[in-house]
Amino acid sequence: MSTTGRLALALVVFGAAGGLLFWFLTGPNRLPQQTIAALPAGGAARGERIFWAGGCTSCHARPKAEGDAVLELAGGLRLETPFGTFVAPNISPHVRDGIGGWSVGDFANAMMRGVSPEGRHYYPAFPFTSYARMEPGDVADLFAFLKTLPEVEGRAPGHELGFPFNIRRGLGLWKMLYLDPAPVVALADDAPEEVARGRYLVEGPGHCGECHSPRDAIGGLRKDEWLAGAVAAEGDGIVPNITSGEGGIGWSAGEIAYYLESGFTPDFDTAGGAMVAVQKNMAKLPAEDREAIAAYLKAVPARPNGYPARQ
Amino acid sequence: MYKLTMAAAALALTASTAFAGPVEDRQALMKSLGKALGPLAAIAKGENAYDQGVVEENLNALNTAVQSIDVAALFPEDSMEGETAALPAIWENMDDFTAKADKLKADVAEVVASMPMDQAGVGAALGKIGPNCGGCHEDYRMKKN
Repeated sequence: MSTTGRLALALVVFGAAGGLLFWFLTGPNRLPQQTIAALPAGGAARGERIFWAGGCTSCHARPKAEGDAVLELAGGLRLETPFGTFVAPNISPHVRDGIGGWSVGDFANAMMRGVSPEGRHYYPAFPFTSYARMEPGDVADLFAFLKTLPEVEGRAPGHELGFPFNIRRGLGLWKMLYLDPAPVVALADDAPEEVARGRYLVEGPGHCGECHSPRDAIGGLRKDEWLAGAVAAEGDGIVPNITSGEGGIGWSAGEIAYYLESGFTPDFDTAGGAMVAVQKNMAKLPAEDREAIAAYLKAVPARPNGYPARQ
Repeated sequence: MYKLTMAAAALALTASTAFAGPVEDRQALMKSLGKALGPLAAIAKGENAYDQGVVEENLNALNTAVQSIDVAALFPEDSMEGETAALPAIWENMDDFTAKADKLKADVAEVVASMPMDQAGVGAALGKIGPNCGGCHEDYRMKKN
């Protein structure tokens, strides 16, 4: 065999080995079988509380939906980001177009591992990186609640992404770097129960860090700047620093809780942009949940703004 | 000396009026709304006791400020210079933006027409007025710093 021939063969062999390795590393990583088997029968009433904490409707209802229409999870909202445009899917209980044909295990794998029933990776525009921190029982409750919502026919269009972000399999590598169900903020063993509950709500179902923390070049959350504010993923603006660091919110716990209930800041400015929908969802939670979120935000490490100052 | 001081003061006043643009005007208006809302919210939350005088004073101030809103004057075409969080969407959807301002005026006028008589009434009044603020800020404002 000529030198060129040997080189070509070596390239093919290495290429195939590399491809196999990529395929092996990027496969779907589902929840352990015993976790799925141990999922309780969900309670829809408890699930409604999780639904509002998670704000599912902010992305999955039709854009601009109001009133009871926020419970029709038809999808269609377009998130225009530097990685491309993500379109929220139909998650109504419609069997063909939504999640009506799913098992609770399918739902748990989607929420906590970002894996579809067919074994495809979801993009982290769907914040499974936060939902991975949820209690499986809460996921089951949420699923039970979603099952009670109206069935909506019709699928939303697909995402519009360029290379290399259109290669879903690559998300397997991304998840190895960024999918971590451990809490972000370490709490002392004797931390108040309220702070621990707030951490769960903020870091888990509430997924606050997904917008309020800056991301690195490939879209991973920078946990060293947790909740320090970020350049908005969409448009020409910022998402505020909600730590008590410089530029952040110097609000009392009571003021934070009142903001989440009413939308008014301590100086009677109001929520704006995407936070308006978030605040409306938060207003539907029991007061103790808003107070827990406030207690946690007072306990997170203070950081200066996680976005550059404007010139 | 007195004349000089007065002249300087008059000049300063003219200058500040002359240089105040729509961005400063609308920010001053927003601040005046917040100032009137503060004492009302303190009563609604139960931090301060219900006081009819305080309620009427602040709701009237709020109403005066709200009814004075002149969308065309405060938001002239492309008044996007300087420190503003106003979004271009305002001018792309001027009919909706104006309709939202009109709804705010109508809602505040309605509250003032039947003044709240107790703490719960103040809460209900804020519940009627408040969503107007967020409803507009949702689509038409994005903070940049």
